[in-house]
Amino acid sequence: MSSTDFKQDSGRSASRPPTTGDIIADRVFRGGAYAAGALVVLLLIYILWEIGFRAMPAIERYGFGFLTSAVWDPGQEKFGVLAEIWGTLYSSVLALVIAAFFGVGVAIFLTQDFLDARLAQVFRTVIEMLAAIPSVVYGLWGIYVVIPALRPVAGFLNETFGWFPMFSSSFSGPSMAPAVIVLAIMVLPTVAAISQDAFSLIPYKTKEAAFGMGTTRWEAITKVMIPTATSGIFASLVLGFGRALGETMALAMLIGNSNQISWSLFSPANTLASLLASQFPEASGIETQALMYAAIVLLVISLAVNVVGTLIMAMSSKQKVG
Amino acid sequence: MVAVMTELPGTPDLRHSLGDRRALRNTVLTVLLWVVAVGAAVPLVSVLYMLITRGGARLGTALFTQLPPAGLEMGGGFGNAVVGTLVIVALATLISVPFGILGGVFLGFVAPESKLADATRFIAKVLTGFPSILAGVFVYASLVLWMGTYSALAGGVALAVLMLPTIMLTSEQSIRMVPQRMKDAAFGMGCTETQAMLRVVLPTATPGILTGVMLAVAGAAGNSAPLLFTALFSNYWISSLGEPTASLAILIYNFSGMPFPNQIELAWAASLVLVLIVLAFNVLSRLISARRV
Repeated sequence: MSSTDFKQDSGRSASRPPTTGDIIADRVFRGGAYAAGALVVLLLIYILWEIGFRAMPAIERYGFGFLTSAVWDPGQEKFGVLAEIWGTLYSSVLALVIAAFFGVGVAIFLTQDFLDARLAQVFRTVIEMLAAIPSVVYGLWGIYVVIPALRPVAGFLNETFGWFPMFSSSFSGPSMAPAVIVLAIMVLPTVAAISQDAFSLIPYKTKEAAFGMGTTRWEAITKVMIPTATSGIFASLVLGFGRALGETMALAMLIGNSNQISWSLFSPANTLASLLASQFPEASGIETQALMYAAIVLLVISLAVNVVGTLIMAMSSKQKVG
Repeated sequence: MVAVMTELPGTPDLRHSLGDRRALRNTVLTVLLWVVAVGAAVPLVSVLYMLITRGGARLGTALFTQLPPAGLEMGGGFGNAVVGTLVIVALATLISVPFGILGGVFLGFVAPESKLADATRFIAKVLTGFPSILAGVFVYASLVLWMGTYSALAGGVALAVLMLPTIMLTSEQSIRMVPQRMKDAAFGMGCTETQAMLRVVLPTATPGILTGVMLAVAGAAGNSAPLLFTALFSNYWISSLGEPTASLAILIYNFSGMPFPNQIELAWAASLVLVLIVLAFNVLSRLISARRV
C-alpha cells in the first residue's frame, strides 16, 4: 500500500533531500508536540493557580481554623470542613478495606489458574464492566436497592451490638453504610486490575519453584505469590484510595450530606466532594470562596495520594525489571 | 501404569487426603475465593437487573422526543438530555483529541527521554486519578465566571480536562508499540520526523489510539460531577453552545431525589440509556483493539 502511495506522488517522493517546506513543517510539528507535552504541566499549574486565586479571600479569612472547625453555616458566614475531611477519609478507608478484600481476591482468582483461560477472560470483562457503570447510576441503585436491603440488617446490628461505636445509631436511610458499600464497588475494578498486573508480572518459574518444594496451591499463593506481588498490590490500594477520595455523585446521593462527625455507619455524614456537589450550585459570595478552599483541601489530599501511588507503581515495575 | 507405580514399595503417597490439615486449608480457601469472586459480580448483576426491569419498562420513542415533565405532570421524556449529553461529549472529544494525540506523539516519538516528557508523563498519570468534580470547580472558576453563564461549552471543556491524560497516555503506548524497524525504515528512506510520524507511525498506531479515545469518551459520557456547575441543566432543547444544557447524568441526579414516581421511573430509564451509551463506546473500543495486529 505504501509503495503505491509513493508512486502516486512520485514528484514529491520521500526519497529526496527535504525541501525548506519540509524543514519548516518538521519544526512546526516538533514545536507543536513539545507544546502539547508542556500543556499538561501548565494545565495542572493553571488549575492550582485558578482555584487557589478564587479561594484566597476565604483562606485569608478562615486560615487553618477552616480545617479544624466542623460548622458550615452560610447564614453566619462560618465555615469549616473538619466533618467533611473526616467523612472523606473514613468512607474511603472503609471502602478500601472491602475493595481490597474482594479486589485482591478477584486478582488471585483470575491469575492463579482457578478458571479456564477463556472463562477468566469473561469474568475479567464482568469486573471491568463494574467500572463502566456511571457514578449516578450507582447512586440511584444505592437509593432503591442498597438502602432498603440494609434497613433490616442495620436495625438488627444497632439493637444487638449498639454498644459498638460503628453500630451506635439507628439507621437513617442515606448514611455512611450504603455510601461505603457503593464506594467499595466503584473502587474494586481499580484494585482488581492493578493487582492482577502485579500477579501476572511474576515469572511462572517462581510458582513452579514453590510447587516443586511441595507446597499446596494456597501455600504457594500466600507464602510466595502474595509477598512477591506486595508492592503492586500496595500501589493498587493507594490508587484505589485516591479514586475513593474524589468520588462524588454516588456519595452525594447516598451519604446524607450532614455536617457531623460520628463513628456510626448508620448516621448521615458528608465528604469534601459531595459538599462541593450539593452546596456549589446554590452558593454565592463568601460561601463560594469557602467552597473553593474546600476544593483546595480535596485537591491537595488527592494529589498527594495519587503522587504516592504513581511513585510506588513506578518503583515496583522497576524492581521487576532489575 | 500409575497404579503399578503407587504399589511399588517405598513410594510415598503423593495424593492429598481431605483429612490432612494442609489439604483441608487448601480446599476451604478455594471455596472462600469462589464465594469472594462470585460476590464481586453480584452488584453488576443487580444493577443490570434493575436497569432492565425498572428502566426497560418505560423505554419507548416518547423518551427521546419529549421534554422532562414538571412536578406532578405525567409522561414526558428526556430527549433534550440525550442530545445535550451527546453534544457535550462531542465538544469534549473535539477539544481533547488533538492535544491528547499530539501529546502522545511527544511522549512516545518526538522526545520520549526528555525531562519534559518525564514531567508530562508523571503529571498525566497523576491527573488520571484527579477527582472529576475538581475539573468542574476549575472550569467554573476559569470559564463560567468569565463567560457569565453556564454552558455546554464549559461542560465540554471540563470533560476534556478529564479525557486529556487518558488519551495522551494510551496514544503514547500505542505509538511506542510501533516496531522500531518501521521507524528506522522510514528514516532510512529520508523521511523527516514529521513525514515518518504522519505516514508510518500514526497510521500503524491508529487502532490503539482509537481504543484509548473510545475509552475516554465512554468515561466522559458517564461522568456527571464536572457538569453540575458547568453545563448545569435545562428543561428545554439545546439551541446554542453558550447556554445551560441538559445531560442524562444530571437528569438522573435531579430526578432521583424527587418524591414523584413518574420522575423516578424516568431516572431509571435515563440510567438505562446512559449505561447503553457508555457500554456502546466500551464495546467499540474492544472491537477496535481486537482488530489490532
